[in-house]
Amino acid sequence: MIPAAFDYVRASSLAQAIDLLRDDPDGTKLLAGGHTLLPALKLRLASPELLVDISGIAELKGIEISETGIRIGALATHAELFASEPLYRELPVFRQAASLIADPQVRNRGTIGGSLANADPAADWPAVAVALQAEIEIVGPNGLRRVATRDFFIDIFSTVLEPDEILASVHIPRPRTGMHFIYRKIRHPASGFAVVGIAVGVRLQEGAVDEISIGVTGAANHAFAGQRASDFLIGKTLSQDNIEQAAQLLSETTECLSDRYASAEYRANLIRIETRRALFALAS
Amino acid sequence: MNDTTAIRLIGQPLKRQEDFKFLAGKGRYVDDVRLPGMLHMAVLRSPHAHAKIRNVDLSAAKVAPGVRLVLSGKALAGKIGPIVPNWVIPGSKVPFRPVVATDCVRFVGECVALVVAETLAEAYDAVGRIEVEYDVLPAVIDEEVAIREGAPQLHDNVPGNITTIYKVRGGDYQNAARAADHVIGLRVVNNRLIPTCMETRAIVASPEPDGTLTVYIGSQVPHMHRRWIAETVGIPEHQLRVVAPDIGGGFGAKMHLYPEDLLCPYLARELDAPVKWWESRSESHQSTSHGRAHTENIEVAFRNDGKILGLKVETLGNVGAYLSNMASGGPTVNTVNFGTGTYKIDDYEAISRVVVTNTVPVDAYRGYGRPEGAYIAERAIDAVARHLKLDQVDVRRKNFVQPAEFPYRPYGSTGVMYDSGNYQGLLDKALAAFDYEGRRSECQALRGSGIYRGIGVAAYTHMCGMAPSRRLAMSGFDRGGWESARVSIDSSGRATIYSGSMSQGQGHITSLSQIAADVLQIPIEDIDIVQGDTRQVQAGHGTFNSRSMAVGGSSVHVSSQRIVAKAKKIAAGMLEVDEKDVSYSAGAFSVPGTDIAPVTFPKVARMAYVGHKLPDGVAPGLDETVFYDPTGMGSPSGVHLAYVEVDPETGIVDILDYVAVDDVGTLINPRLAAGQIHGGVVQGIAQALYEEVSYDPDNGQLLTGSLLDYAVPRAEHVPNIRSLFQQTASPTNPIGVKGIGESGSIAAPPCMVHAVLDALSPFGIKHLDMPLTPPRVWAAVQQARMGAAQ
Amino acid sequence: MPEPDNRHVVTLEINGTRKTVAVEARKLLVHLIREDLGLTGTHVGCDTSQCGACTVEIDGLAIKSCTVLAVMADGASITTIEGLTDIGAELSPVQAAFHEHHALQCGFCTPGMVMSVRQLLRDQPNPSEHDIRHGLAGNICRCTGYHNIVRAIESLASKGDQP
Repeated sequence: MIPAAFDYVRASSLAQAIDLLRDDPDGTKLLAGGHTLLPALKLRLASPELLVDISGIAELKGIEISETGIRIGALATHAELFASEPLYRELPVFRQAASLIADPQVRNRGTIGGSLANADPAADWPAVAVALQAEIEIVGPNGLRRVATRDFFIDIFSTVLEPDEILASVHIPRPRTGMHFIYRKIRHPASGFAVVGIAVGVRLQEGAVDEISIGVTGAANHAFAGQRASDFLIGKTLSQDNIEQAAQLLSETTECLSDRYASAEYRANLIRIETRRALFALAS
Repeated sequence: MNDTTAIRLIGQPLKRQEDFKFLAGKGRYVDDVRLPGMLHMAVLRSPHAHAKIRNVDLSAAKVAPGVRLVLSGKALAGKIGPIVPNWVIPGSKVPFRPVVATDCVRFVGECVALVVAETLAEAYDAVGRIEVEYDVLPAVIDEEVAIREGAPQLHDNVPGNITTIYKVRGGDYQNAARAADHVIGLRVVNNRLIPTCMETRAIVASPEPDGTLTVYIGSQVPHMHRRWIAETVGIPEHQLRVVAPDIGGGFGAKMHLYPEDLLCPYLARELDAPVKWWESRSESHQSTSHGRAHTENIEVAFRNDGKILGLKVETLGNVGAYLSNMASGGPTVNTVNFGTGTYKIDDYEAISRVVVTNTVPVDAYRGYGRPEGAYIAERAIDAVARHLKLDQVDVRRKNFVQPAEFPYRPYGSTGVMYDSGNYQGLLDKALAAFDYEGRRSECQALRGSGIYRGIGVAAYTHMCGMAPSRRLAMSGFDRGGWESARVSIDSSGRATIYSGSMSQGQGHITSLSQIAADVLQIPIEDIDIVQGDTRQVQAGHGTFNSRSMAVGGSSVHVSSQRIVAKAKKIAAGMLEVDEKDVSYSAGAFSVPGTDIAPVTFPKVARMAYVGHKLPDGVAPGLDETVFYDPTGMGSPSGVHLAYVEVDPETGIVDILDYVAVDDVGTLINPRLAAGQIHGGVVQGIAQALYEEVSYDPDNGQLLTGSLLDYAVPRAEHVPNIRSLFQQTASPTNPIGVKGIGESGSIAAPPCMVHAVLDALSPFGIKHLDMPLTPPRVWAAVQQARMGAAQ
Repeated sequence: MPEPDNRHVVTLEINGTRKTVAVEARKLLVHLIREDLGLTGTHVGCDTSQCGACTVEIDGLAIKSCTVLAVMADGASITTIEGLTDIGAELSPVQAAFHEHHALQCGFCTPGMVMSVRQLLRDQPNPSEHDIRHGLAGNICRCTGYHNIVRAIESLASKGDQP
């Protein structure tokens, strides 16, 4: 319940935070909302020497919508993403997905940057970010780089982030007119994480799928894009038969996790059911 | 002269007097106790389910900052302990349980060493520096596996891992089976649970300047803890003061003797300083007793018309690594004695085996044995209805014990007697409130459109408020069944009541005051209740087994009666009339039919203390203590109905409605009674749908080690509970009350399981084991569909 | 700022009063509140941010104080259960509704529950039963079965009072 001792520095700029990370990449952890890190420290599953509090860094804040796209600072909390009216007008899925994350108190502290960087295989934002075809902006000693979300996750709790890099922001292309997203989630009753979460975006032109994007979380080692199912549906109508086939395709091409609570077969089933239900919702 | 009762608070839904401190954040729990110079203990726990301890190296911990003392089990051996159970079924083999393990650890979480340091953080830091070498041994987790030949053995004196064999027999089951049209068998698992009081356990032991020791502990049983600590640590009982402040839930888990309860008092004396231990939640999952953990094999013999002729039960009760406080009694007396439930089954045969395994000790949890017993009766009768394709309500009605048969001894039992009841009345009331017929049609209609709804029914009865004391002796208890109450009237006529009961949230301050006010005929505002301090409260057993109103409340009732009787004598003297001419009501002693001015209760109280004009033979003072030992036990009963919808594609169960009709005798406070039902039902729903302790069967690691894994329900997981009552007064106590605390957790598990099975009946699914999680329900549907396709 | 022995000075406003405390970096906000400030109405019920017994408000937002470092609260304004009522004063509307509807038993989860309900009613002044149950996802109560907590909150819906 009490972490092992560490020191704490409140970073005032990204540059300072990166310097501190470079000094001791293995012994240093970044602290923003703290909702992943602090429980791990309390259970003494980790014991860093130094915590660098990045929660005050202005460069990591803000939600901005411009002609070209949407920028969400890494420090945006789930509650801020829920509440933002401009974001809601642009992409209502943010409010919808945020409302399904953890609980109100956690949403007031937890950040989207923390959710993505931690790469919990059952976190919600990774699926949404994949479906939104977001790019993740990373800042490191050598400057900025951007990575597509679908290429960002490597394994359980593992991403392309180097030890001295910081996830700075999420960039989302503005959706084309007629593009609608939905996020569906089956919650684990204890943790509130996704047993399976499916984010789907679809744009229909004259009854046929013109653009589609699917992000899946909870099912495998990390969030991923349902590319084959998307490819299958391009140019097709969202008929019951096509939806069933796409959902089946996504389900059977996923190598699902199995754990004490849910078997791989159950997760594969949830992918099929939830994808189908998401597509039906988007079709109507 | 008959007294009238102008003040009648029993039956009134009063709001709780104790609420204000809790709402304002002024509740005082053990962790809020902070004493000057207080030290903190932390415990190193075994990471292995079964291992020999080769070596414990304390050297690095001893030199860690802030550390005052580091000890392993060896240093304590012979000084304190062993921990012995308080209820031992005759014939049981009791394993030796040291306070801290010395040579061998037998479950993940067993105490191996401890640190006392100046801060809790330092204590945790130092625990991390203790090095232990283990030789890991094969572990056994499952009760069915543990009794097989060749299974790992836990204790030399417990061959085959069975501590206790208990048998019950009435009539002739074999004869019933021969006479029956059908005999079916089913195997049901009663899943292992973690009681999960929101306040974890904590204890502070503080040496006082006069040589005594004060122990602050969240205890349901403060006086019993005083005796147990005294005997196990070797402190004279009179030098020990146990204080139980506000308690954040107990549910049975806080009525046992745990190692930390002994370590803090011992260490406080050794170090001559207050020592505190506080249990973190994840620690609690492996250090506080678990509940349930049974496997039962049931055989039921019945006629074509649904009448049950005989029942046969074999229970395996998994009690973890040692015999905890009451562990040998739960799976035996408390379970199989009640295996026939509300039904008239004359030919009954049961055998219960108590099995040790490499898991956290299992002990009382809300209902203790009675939920497991009711689950046997209810799952059996539901299986009968399903087998015969009869309505589940009709089959129950056909088998119910009839109202005229009370007091009723099931299967000719000498040990079990249901004092009163009207099960048909409960059922009728429940069906009407639920709209059973309407919903039955609705279920049928919706099935055509692929919507799977189901109705669950469960009836229960049990016995609670275990008494009288001589009966407890026969079952192997090292305690009695009485409760004590002292009613002390001060010279202004206000009452202070010292009760041996111990509220953990039940609201005794309000309910006991209601009982006292009716007898004393004084305003409830003039009554204070004191509990939870062995220096203030004369004696007691505490609160468990749904006993506080029936036993503790009755002792308040009787001692209040004695106060009135004495006050009447004093009043007669003041009024200069014969005692038999005095009538008492609403705080005034009067002489009806005369113009003599009444005297008030405060005036009589004042006279009792000044003693100026007391009648001959009446001693001064107005202060009565009663040790009330009931003559028998009350039998609450109830019928619960649940309405669910199951999504066969995801396995998710949605609870659409829940109706509970309970007969707990006279209702003291309907508001608090309903609250007990709501909470109990939700704990029962939790067992049925969500909660289950998991161990890795191969290595005995606890897989539900925190609230991230162990699914205690939130508000969104449970429905509104419609709680209704029927009041059949118990003849066993002067108030007519029966226990209520355990009712919900007894009735809800079978009720929920039956509802889900009913919803899934189109798939031909006849059995599911709790908890009915979505993956488990979905898998059953899949299996049924594949079976149907073949 | 760090002190030589890894301690940091934290200045915050607690229930309207400014306090300055030196703490170890690893100290959790809930322990600062309970131990250093002596406000024991905020409870610790778990260690994985599940139970909500430690809920307080930071700058007007309900949060779990077991999952915030004390040093992170430097400069913040914090309200705990003790900040809602003065001794002898009337209960706040949420507290009064809990009393009225018997929405507490052992009282251990109650302070955190009350703090969460304040947030719930600020966000949704007129919540449906579904909104209420969903909005309580961050708090566990083991005694009441939630039934009467939901009733208490329903009674406050759209009363227009400040929660």
